[in-house]
Amino acid sequence: MSEIITLAKNALLEPAGLGNQDIETLMGKLCSMNIDYADMYFQYSCYESWSLEEGRVKSGSYNQARGVGVRAISGEKTGFAYSDAILLPSLSNAVDAARSIAKQGMDKSIALTWPEKPELTLYSSANPVQSLGDTDKVQLLEQVDKKVRKLDSRVQQVTASLSGVHEVVLIARSDGDLVADIRPLVRLNVNVIVEQNGRREQGGAGGGGRFGYQYFLEHGRIDSYAKEAVDQALTNLDAVGSPAGEMQVVLGPGWPGILLHEAIGHGLEGDFNRKGTSAFSNRIGEQVASPLCTVVDDGTIADRRGSMNVDDEGTATQNTMLIEKGMLRNYMQDTLNARLMGVSSTGNGRRESYAHLPMPRMTNTYMLAGETPPEEIIASVKKGLYAKNFGGGQVDITSGKFVFSASEAYLIEDGKIGRPVKGATLIGNGPDVLTRVSMVGNDLRLDPGVGTCGKEGQSVPVGVGQPTMRIDGLTVGGTQE
Amino acid sequence: MKTLVKSGFTRDRIDATSALVQLALDKAKASGASAAEASALVAHGLSVTVRQGEIETVEHNEDNSISVTVYYGDTLGSASTTDLEQAAVIKAVEAACAIAQHTAEDSCFGLADTGLLASEIPDLDLYEPNSITIEQAIDSAKACEQIALDSDSRITNSEGASLSMQEGLDVYGNTNGFLHGLLRSRYSKSCSVIAQDASGMQRDYWYDTRRHFSDLESDASIGQKTAHRTLRRLGATKLSTRQAPVIFEAPVASSLVSHFLSAISGGNLYRQSSFLLDHLGKAVFPEYLSIEELPHIPRALASSPYDNEGVVTNERTLVQAGVLQGYLLSSYTARKLGMQTTGNAGGPHNVIMSHGESDLAGLLRSMDTGLLVTELIGYGINSVTGDYSRGAAGFWVERGEIQYPVDEITIAGNLRTIYQDIVSVGNDIDTRGTIRCGSVLIGNMTIAGN
Repeated sequence: MSEIITLAKNALLEPAGLGNQDIETLMGKLCSMNIDYADMYFQYSCYESWSLEEGRVKSGSYNQARGVGVRAISGEKTGFAYSDAILLPSLSNAVDAARSIAKQGMDKSIALTWPEKPELTLYSSANPVQSLGDTDKVQLLEQVDKKVRKLDSRVQQVTASLSGVHEVVLIARSDGDLVADIRPLVRLNVNVIVEQNGRREQGGAGGGGRFGYQYFLEHGRIDSYAKEAVDQALTNLDAVGSPAGEMQVVLGPGWPGILLHEAIGHGLEGDFNRKGTSAFSNRIGEQVASPLCTVVDDGTIADRRGSMNVDDEGTATQNTMLIEKGMLRNYMQDTLNARLMGVSSTGNGRRESYAHLPMPRMTNTYMLAGETPPEEIIASVKKGLYAKNFGGGQVDITSGKFVFSASEAYLIEDGKIGRPVKGATLIGNGPDVLTRVSMVGNDLRLDPGVGTCGKEGQSVPVGVGQPTMRIDGLTVGGTQE
Repeated sequence: MKTLVKSGFTRDRIDATSALVQLALDKAKASGASAAEASALVAHGLSVTVRQGEIETVEHNEDNSISVTVYYGDTLGSASTTDLEQAAVIKAVEAACAIAQHTAEDSCFGLADTGLLASEIPDLDLYEPNSITIEQAIDSAKACEQIALDSDSRITNSEGASLSMQEGLDVYGNTNGFLHGLLRSRYSKSCSVIAQDASGMQRDYWYDTRRHFSDLESDASIGQKTAHRTLRRLGATKLSTRQAPVIFEAPVASSLVSHFLSAISGGNLYRQSSFLLDHLGKAVFPEYLSIEELPHIPRALASSPYDNEGVVTNERTLVQAGVLQGYLLSSYTARKLGMQTTGNAGGPHNVIMSHGESDLAGLLRSMDTGLLVTELIGYGINSVTGDYSRGAAGFWVERGEIQYPVDEITIAGNLRTIYQDIVSVGNDIDTRGTIRCGSVLIGNMTIAGN
């Protein structure tokens, strides 16, 4: 039996004295007649966070959750129940509640396959919370504070936080598969407020991924987060009102890939397309972007925030071609929607926790590099906007309208980056925005590892990325006509 | 189908939850903590979703958690667990104590002052045990959706209708002797459909949420409003970039009040990340406007006899004749600012904005020409500067009448200016949330389009 499965069984089943036989019996009961598919999702997670303000780490918290989610699917119907305790009686109750979606019948006999082969390991199974001593975590944040304050005397406030999650999941499926994953996740964020002549502005930076806290101590990362946050805040001190209206927009590399996540990513999730509620429904094989655009969703990149060895339904993650040279190729699927649409799951079935139902979600969504040097792209714009960094975004998948808000942006005048402008919201129409992409840079970059996606009240960590790109005609929501 | 809906809390369950909170407090004291506070939440519920007349999901939820904060003089540590076994609770207390050994001192930390704790706890009628069966819930959701689907042939698809019934017990205790539990229930009904014509697809929704099931809007009303709101968006176009007056329809107008509440909350003030620093006693809104906080409205969503620290809540005026009268403070943020807590640990209670005599139609007439916003998307609000830029959808209005639907536009300005520029507030109060306000007419904003 492989190592991860053994670790997961030790963490999730053994404390309650549950063995293979118990799981098989419960699964048999769950899969009584009329149930097409069922699964049990056992999860343990511990989460810690430390936060600094006024130069000192004054608060810290440690949270632990353990539970099991039980799901039974009959046709398009899903019965779901969960328990905060992994114990036989509560598990039995959850099984009864979940399977009540279908008419009762004989229990089936299910034999689970305990895998022998080693799983793919995109990241370490070590607990990141224990990757550094508590004193060192505190010192790490204090160092961030010192570095930020040393950079500029206009810095007034520094807040920084460090957090880590250790998650162990074990998924038993009615088709007999038993799959486990152990996922680390860490994140460091810093925010600064600067003041000059009574005007205050903020800037922020951060990063993270699926590894231990040592990551932040390497390659001068703290120095670069500090510099990025301060630079952004100082830049905003000089910002003038943003222009309003439709114009040429150049998006920088990396995190601005949130455009892809909002404008097309959500619209390509399988649930919306099965129901025909997405602006991209029934459009596979159609040209939905300029031929310069190739976009993938890739859950298999080592150490990335959006990566997983297997998704939350136990399906191996994969690199899915969404848009190939402008042509729509695939939707992102979970088990339920794939079955109802007659295709295979793409390993995009994700859930926030055992207390939530899985649904199709993105992993790391990015556009492949083009051939143009980024300087040439900027130089090609006579009058427009260069958006370097963004806050959050949102989309209405039915009308296709999406927004995302710039946190650092500049005017482009005669091919040169000019004055910084106040953060403006950019708005567009998903199915047509990528048809307006006229230049794609050779500088593909993935985001630093801070993205969280919300859908139907569930949050999951995700990644985005893109090279520099030029969009001819995007509405900029500024104040200056 | 078997009907499995959990309803009610037995006396034993309430006592056991209180005992668990007391156990956490005792354990903290025994571990050398000078003070501690703990809260436990025990909740259960059911939600059903139907789509195109068929059941889509039936979800049973059962949520338990306990969180504890321990103080060693002026340092603190926190921990929580979803496991309510005694051993797990004790482990959480130990984790909190371990963290407190590494955190730095702040003399503002600590429990609420004993004199401010609630002593008499009024019954605010926030709990109605669930008596709705799964079958009734499914029938109600089906009825909402069917009424929406049947109302017009252009309504071609659905995202479904849902009904959710939730009950919860919240126990808070601290080592100054406060230990009390509150029962709350919450019932929600929602529907969302899709309309389609040659111009494309549009989606909209309507919902209601109440403490008592019997106070929920009827299935027919939810279905009809969903259909009406969806159909009227068909054929939406962009506007050209311009300056114009803007009306925020009541359901989205509350977001303007929400940004104000965030700017006057203690955490943002002492961290200087608010666009309303040093505005106490200054005019933030026009003279005719006031904003009150009424924590004791029976059955209201944000009613509570005490806040998250056990501090008694009182009626208060946040804005009087446009002038800011007070902040939203917890004990900690109050001490940081050299003030006294306002009973807002955990946030604002029911916040009510004053209004004029006009309904929405009256506001449209007084605007004459401008934009009616019915949906906002995105997060373009800078809490430090008040700069505001959000995606919007709604209707272009001329001669006081709706002319045509618009979308893919943004509206922008600065919140300090926007607040001063409120021309009038309608009497069409939305009472579903923490904030109760009518539609709001703003004198001028920048609309970006093509």
